[in-house]
Amino acid sequence: MSPTSSSTAAQIIKGQTGDWEIVIGMEVHAQVSSNSKLFSGASTEFGAEPNNQVSFVDAGMPGMLPVINEKCVEQAVRTGLGLKAKINLRSIFDRKNYFYPDLPQGYQISQFQNPIVGEGEVFIDLKDGSSVLVGIERLHLEQDAGKSLHDQSPDNSYVDLNRSGIALMEIVTKPHMRSSEEAAAFLRKLRAIVRYLGTCDGNMDEGSMRADVNVSVCKVGGYDKFRADGSFKHLGTRCEIKNVNSMRFVAQAVEYEARRQVEIIEGGGTIKQETRLFDSKLNETRSMRSKEEAHDYRYFPDPDLLPLELDAAWVETIKKSLPELPDEKRARFVAFGLTPYDASVLVAERELADYYEALAKGVDAKAAANWLNNEILGRLNRDSLTIADVPVSAAANNAIVTMVADGTISGKIAKDLLYIVWTEGGDPRQVVEARGLRQVTDTGAIDAAIEAVIAANPDKVEEVKAKPKLAAWFVGQVMKQTGGKANPGAVNAALKKRLNLPDEG
Amino acid sequence: MTDFTLASARDALKAKKISSLELTTALVKAVEEARPLNAYVTETPEKALEMARASDTRLAKGEGGALEGLPLAIKDLFCTKGVRTTAGSNILGNYVPPYESTVTQNLWDAGAVMLGKTNMDEFAMGSSNETSAHGPVFNPWMAKNSNSKLVPGGSSGGSSAAVAANLCLAATGTDTGGSIRQPAAVTGTVGLKPTYGRCSRWGIVAFASSLDQAGPMTKTVRDAAILLKSMASIDPKDSTSVDIPVPDYEKLLEGGIKGLKVGIPKEYRMDGAPPEIAALWDKGAEWLKAQGAEIMEISLPHTKYALPTYYIVAPAEASSNLARYDGVRFGHRAKGVRDITSLYEKSRAEGFGLEVQRRILIGTYVLSAGYYDAYYARAQKLRTLIARDFTEVYKKCDVILTPATPGPAFAVGDKSDDPVAMYLNDVFTVTVNLAGLPGLAVPAGLTANGLPLGLQLIGKAFDEATILRAGLAIEQAAAFNHKPANWWRAA
Repeated sequence: MSPTSSSTAAQIIKGQTGDWEIVIGMEVHAQVSSNSKLFSGASTEFGAEPNNQVSFVDAGMPGMLPVINEKCVEQAVRTGLGLKAKINLRSIFDRKNYFYPDLPQGYQISQFQNPIVGEGEVFIDLKDGSSVLVGIERLHLEQDAGKSLHDQSPDNSYVDLNRSGIALMEIVTKPHMRSSEEAAAFLRKLRAIVRYLGTCDGNMDEGSMRADVNVSVCKVGGYDKFRADGSFKHLGTRCEIKNVNSMRFVAQAVEYEARRQVEIIEGGGTIKQETRLFDSKLNETRSMRSKEEAHDYRYFPDPDLLPLELDAAWVETIKKSLPELPDEKRARFVAFGLTPYDASVLVAERELADYYEALAKGVDAKAAANWLNNEILGRLNRDSLTIADVPVSAAANNAIVTMVADGTISGKIAKDLLYIVWTEGGDPRQVVEARGLRQVTDTGAIDAAIEAVIAANPDKVEEVKAKPKLAAWFVGQVMKQTGGKANPGAVNAALKKRLNLPDEG
Repeated sequence: MTDFTLASARDALKAKKISSLELTTALVKAVEEARPLNAYVTETPEKALEMARASDTRLAKGEGGALEGLPLAIKDLFCTKGVRTTAGSNILGNYVPPYESTVTQNLWDAGAVMLGKTNMDEFAMGSSNETSAHGPVFNPWMAKNSNSKLVPGGSSGGSSAAVAANLCLAATGTDTGGSIRQPAAVTGTVGLKPTYGRCSRWGIVAFASSLDQAGPMTKTVRDAAILLKSMASIDPKDSTSVDIPVPDYEKLLEGGIKGLKVGIPKEYRMDGAPPEIAALWDKGAEWLKAQGAEIMEISLPHTKYALPTYYIVAPAEASSNLARYDGVRFGHRAKGVRDITSLYEKSRAEGFGLEVQRRILIGTYVLSAGYYDAYYARAQKLRTLIARDFTEVYKKCDVILTPATPGPAFAVGDKSDDPVAMYLNDVFTVTVNLAGLPGLAVPAGLTANGLPLGLQLIGKAFDEATILRAGLAIEQAAAFNHKPANWWRAA
């Protein structure tokens, strides 16, 4: 791993007046994986009928009081630890006050000045195999709002409160990303981390994870000055693009927004700080509200809740229970002998990494990775499946790769064997035995096959003596004769001997 | 029949001298006859009689809880399952909660009988019960040689009037800045605001969450001890409920006050206070001294900041707590609006009374960007200092004795146009809420005009037992056994 904090090439936008750099920060809302909501016992399951998962607390009924869900706190701490962040043993829940029909209490319970998690870090992995450090500013817990439905009737709007009160982690980065690739890579890495931790399912389609992307542009060099003295004056005015819900859209939104800002500045205009929407159909961002229209949220500590005090020993227990995270796993895979790029691909999803590890047990790491990439993932991609859908267990694949390595079967038979167990099931070793797929290394059998081929093709024997390269034709014929079971190396050696061919032939 | 106290009725029921049905029937009738007082906003006679019969069945079997068969009035701030709960406001309209507050559930579990819901200032904001959407409550007491109708205090004015007029054996109240103690004091009844966290707030319509606390309003100190025991609990549904066992307060009444150290805070001697108040206060100290207590002057230096601090903290919290009344899910919804903003504006303008609107505006203002530090943040600092004043003096004394109110009940309409004059009613009580301490108002005498006055005892956190014992000493010494003349039945 070669982490560097800011020295990777920034994405440059060529304007008419010169080159511009992009600066990106992100606020990611990640839904906490928990059975019940942040302050109530209502279920959090996705896909229920509207308003079927709403407690009196979630509906803001008079006299109802929030009670913190310890599981959600644990998940936030776990996530904080996974982000290598400072865990604040004392944090405070505040009320963020605003009126909206899908906000039943008239305020969202959030954390303002004293979040549960402070500064941390995430390394993002780029295509060239390098890693970049993105600083985490904070993580705090807050309630999600319900959902307003405006398309159900021409005259009325409806409200679904199933989401109301679900626990979210808002993860805020420092403005450390400098290209659309980095922005998408950050989100991908963050998703991998929370999935490894089991603290958020990361399903962006279901809204479990969504990003607000802050984009600004500055003249080349401005960012380095900002990193040197921390002053935001070196950066441009930012716009926040709300609720972007896929990696691809994040990249597209950044691209569009940065170009929009450069055009405005170069046209003599100034960037207004504002909140914008990304329209994925038109691939553009549009103004939502300006800074002047921003709400005054009147944050104050929620008097219904005591400050959240955590026990250091409890945090330590959680820390000890953390799984191996992508970066550590990647480093270990590289130490096995994989390239950084291959390792990054394999650790991106925990299931894939686990599958790989089981597959690679006792065999060459690189051979296992190649087998997984070429044979398994290739097939999955073709059928639009994921690693969870593989019908052949990692152990079965391990058996196949092991049999190739120890010469029991040939590489070609291995592919056929995978096809058999993929479509028909069965234990690879038993299939090899039952169908006689074992590689023939018995020189007697190979010699017999060679004799048969020679006998049938006397003319070719003369030709190969003149043109030793034709030996390959003989190998192919012998393989055919043995039903592909012969060890090609052994066939080659025996042919050379029989036909008196030179070694380099 | 209606003059029973909780203790005497309990004993009579146990001795089978009366039945709960007889007692409840008498009180249901008294409640009906007292409608001119406007103490109740919802009467539940059928429910009361049904509960009374069930209690009689249990009592007949020698079963039953601590309050078995005892009829109570419930302030309309407590959510009662299946029974309309309005918080004295039009914005809740005919809201019927599908749940029961923890405090009232505790009471029903102890066998108590519900007579109905009592009137109150809207969202408990007021000191005279005049801000109620259901109209004012009249104090059962009238000054000598006067026909002018007086306020019963507030915000628990329906409860105080109901207890004073024998329209229940006892009632629940809530106290955010004095809303139990001040109405108790001006109606010649006993009111106890427990330590913050003693009674669950779950299911009580919130006014100011960090200050609100439910408590008993009773005819005697003993009754306050009995009722508190059943109201109080440790409630996992309220994060601010405190995990301290609830003692048997009635048992702890015994033992006298010999050696009790009673602090007299010099800052409570206000310029311009009526001489009758100061005289009563002195008399209270003498009574306690005569029973063996040690009287000492103490200082609570930040007292003068209490009222302004309270009128920042309470409205700030209220402005947020009342945001849920938006016309969207329950309660009043304005008609003829085309968009969501006008739905909010019109529903809230129509649903909230002027005092509530005033406090929402104040609260919104003090939390706004640019004003937060100057108001809310400073008020929180002062609140800490006010609480620290008490921590300091409790190193020297056990309880604090003060007047409960700056004067007796005033006439309806007298202060309703002057919010600051109204707010001053709470001058002796708000400090206790800001510090989260228990406070007890005990009737101690009558003015020259024949109106009741009360004294306040302030205790250490979770030491309700000591102020109840001191309160009993005052009650016995004062021998306050006056009752208002029944003028309302004729009315």
